[in-house]
Amino acid sequence: MQRIGVFVCHCGTNIAGTIDVKAVAEALKNEPGVVFSTDYQYMCSQAGQDIIKNAIAEHKLTGIVVCSCSPRMHENTFRKTAAAAGLNSYMVEIANIREQCSWVHKEMPVGTEKAIILGKAAVAKVNLNAPLTPGESPVTKRALVIGGGIAGIQTALDIADAGFPVDIVETKPTIGGKMAQLDKTFPTLDCAACILTPKMVEVAQHENIRIFSYSEVSEIKGFVGNFDVTIKRRARYVKEDLCTGCGACTEKCPQKKVPNEFNLGMDNRRAIYIPFAQAVPKVATIDADYCTMLKTGKCGVCSKVCTAGAIDYQAKDEFVEEKYGAIVAATGFNPISMDKFDEYAYSQSKDVITSLEFERLTNAAGPTAGKLLRPSDGEHPHTIVFVQCVGSRCAACAEKGKEYCSKICCMYTAKHAMLTRDKYPDTDVYVFYIDVRTPGKAFDEFYRRAVEEYGVHYIKGMVGKVSPEGNKLKVQASDLIAGKQLHIDADLVVLAAAIEPDKSARPLATMLTASMDTNDFFTEAHPKLRPVESPTAGVFLSGTCQGPKDIPETVSQAGAAASKVIGLLAKDKLTGNPCVAHSDENMCNGCSTCGNVCPYGAITYEDKEFRMPDRTTKMRRIAVVNEAVCQGCGCCTVACMSGAMDLKGFMNKQIMAEVDAICK
Amino acid sequence: MKVSYFPGCTLRTKAKDLDFYARKCAEILGVELCEIKDWQCCGGVFVSAKDEVASKLSSVRALAAARDEEQPLVTVCSACHNVIKQTNSAMQNDPDFAAKANLYMSQDSNASAPYNGETEVYHYLELLRDVVGFDKIKEAVKNPLTGKKIAAYYGCMLLRPGKVMNFDDPENPTIIEDFIRALGAEPVVYPERNECCGAYVVLEDADSAKKKSSKVADSAANHGAEMIVTACPLCKYNLEKNTSVVPVVYFTELLAIALGVKEDTDAE
Repeated sequence: MQRIGVFVCHCGTNIAGTIDVKAVAEALKNEPGVVFSTDYQYMCSQAGQDIIKNAIAEHKLTGIVVCSCSPRMHENTFRKTAAAAGLNSYMVEIANIREQCSWVHKEMPVGTEKAIILGKAAVAKVNLNAPLTPGESPVTKRALVIGGGIAGIQTALDIADAGFPVDIVETKPTIGGKMAQLDKTFPTLDCAACILTPKMVEVAQHENIRIFSYSEVSEIKGFVGNFDVTIKRRARYVKEDLCTGCGACTEKCPQKKVPNEFNLGMDNRRAIYIPFAQAVPKVATIDADYCTMLKTGKCGVCSKVCTAGAIDYQAKDEFVEEKYGAIVAATGFNPISMDKFDEYAYSQSKDVITSLEFERLTNAAGPTAGKLLRPSDGEHPHTIVFVQCVGSRCAACAEKGKEYCSKICCMYTAKHAMLTRDKYPDTDVYVFYIDVRTPGKAFDEFYRRAVEEYGVHYIKGMVGKVSPEGNKLKVQASDLIAGKQLHIDADLVVLAAAIEPDKSARPLATMLTASMDTNDFFTEAHPKLRPVESPTAGVFLSGTCQGPKDIPETVSQAGAAASKVIGLLAKDKLTGNPCVAHSDENMCNGCSTCGNVCPYGAITYEDKEFRMPDRTTKMRRIAVVNEAVCQGCGCCTVACMSGAMDLKGFMNKQIMAEVDAICK
Repeated sequence: MKVSYFPGCTLRTKAKDLDFYARKCAEILGVELCEIKDWQCCGGVFVSAKDEVASKLSSVRALAAARDEEQPLVTVCSACHNVIKQTNSAMQNDPDFAAKANLYMSQDSNASAPYNGETEVYHYLELLRDVVGFDKIKEAVKNPLTGKKIAAYYGCMLLRPGKVMNFDDPENPTIIEDFIRALGAEPVVYPERNECCGAYVVLEDADSAKKKSSKVADSAANHGAEMIVTACPLCKYNLEKNTSVVPVVYFTELLAIALGVKEDTDAE
């Protein structure tokens, strides 16, 4: 028989406000096995933990029940408390009387009754608990960073500087991400390339970093400390080790009509190309969709002009397999499609552009060499209208936009408006907004400067319609403060498109078994206390794949993710979770049902010799669980038809005892 | 195929052409328009009195009559279509409204079973697109309108509210342009094609209505249109009354010309 102690927490008034905690402690005293029961204001505090430790010693407790908050919050705390007092950690059960009780009930009698029932269930379970000892697994001291934008770059550099090898996988031919496409950065207006490209070079030269560009992750197996990853290196038809990046091929290629994605299709590139001058790695890539040689077998100009002999039309996709201890998702964002926002005439007029296109139009390396010119006729625009929140904060248009605030648009629009007025004082610049949101160091000052020093016309209200008439864009908008309709004849309209996670994030999350929210942003383990970790062990989050962020925030988060990775890789062994599945080989008939439902591939089958009652032996197929791979989800225990499979710490009989206690 | 047909009051008075050619063209395209017996005004004149059940009852009656015939209901006037489609949506999704309407309906002398939004409602253009098919129309065209530059004018009633009408993208509709192409002509795309003609303020503020109509017609003309085509009697009336830059015709009339119906028989 167990000797059980019950500890009921007030959690200030969080629990005690709607639950009579003394009545709960009193009621549970009479449960089978309970020898001690008490309540205290904050069980998780040092004093509260001391109460538990003392009670374990004094009453020779063999198991404890803490009636408190969700086990996600403090189960670990109380397990450590028990261990410190010499009790096995897995003899601790939490009855969640806060999230699942006091927070959802208003009436004291109802809450108290339910709290007692939840406590009884936990006591019934502890009566059947057995001490468990976690196993250990080794840690592969190498990290994988998926995505080579500023987030991935910073994370990789920080991990590499700590002495651990890091691989970056980037789908594009070069690292650099969105930041490489930007012109200036707010609020200090330093040039994006000037601060980014030194970091890109550092990545390229770092002895601990390998870059897999033009590549993607195709398979992930394993678990924290021991991931097996397959990386698909797409054929770029140029040998990376031979190409010197001289660019001769990109000048001679006769296929000149390929939309240049780096300039968002506003100019053309060749079929063989280097995305931009500071690309890393600086090697050419052949676009198989446009290359005449690859499509028809007739051309070969690039091969003729390449003095390094780097062109290889026969190249095939290659697969690299590597082991990693930790994986960082840094897959970034994209502006949403403007196809469904026809009220702004994006598809009807070339002079309606997105903010990212505006960045390229003002960038010295962009299609207009940095001169702000209308895409339609190359004329200098005099009246420019910026529209904020295009698709952001749009609960009513959820089918085409996003409910959330994209966070960065207020600041970059202020930047665009200010830079336009600075460079071209003859322009009239209007910004239409719902709210201007500028919380950030030196952000509001920046916005005020745009309004006060640069004379940008900020108008609270949204644009209803943009009508291309002749060479003008007729903008109809409301000025909510003046209570008027405005009609502006604009030369250029710039849309601050909402941002969304990159499309590669969802399939990656599936491979990682990492959770995502409804907007396809990766979910963090805790929104406040564990913001850079995924709930899946060994998976970390960096940058905008977790939520909209500007560059300073992205870099901070990238560093934080790196420090978490370093903390993991610094360990030689990881303590596993002992709550794993276990098959009773005498009951198992090897039917394979459990193996088919296991999401982690933790179950294998083997033939084993059994002694029969008549002293003969017989070979029989049985299931075997790899305890290091098993995550303890319990799918197999439900699926097993012969009742052979059970989950340690959550045995079928323990669960049934809890149900019985609740239904009694 | 047989469909129930709801012409609407205006098509008996101001907009006889819209109705006349709709019927003629349907014959050629193999669709039998079965006019609903004893139909009443759709209630369109009360359209903004949202909580009034009584004004929508005539629409419910028409919908129920089509349901009893097991036929989809086809409309041709934009305003009727808007009212009937919105009423149908309310009968499907607003139990309170449906219960009240059905209670009124049960008092009718020849009351049928309670109606719960079973009928499928097509605008004549949707019938052409989804049932007949624009490619079939293209084959049936005898006098292709080759070289004609025609501007589609949608107005507001066909498109909005977008989720209820489910007719086309309210911000960038294409159905009438596709229709114009099927007849061999060249559609003119201009930004004002989905704006209001001003009909709703014409009694209160004639100047505003004139301004809105002019904006539409001028925009079409500036983009090179020789003709504006519409489905709405109110739009046609307003555009013709307030502007004279481009002629305005009903889409059924245009269809009749292309199908070779209009030369043989003229509207009464």
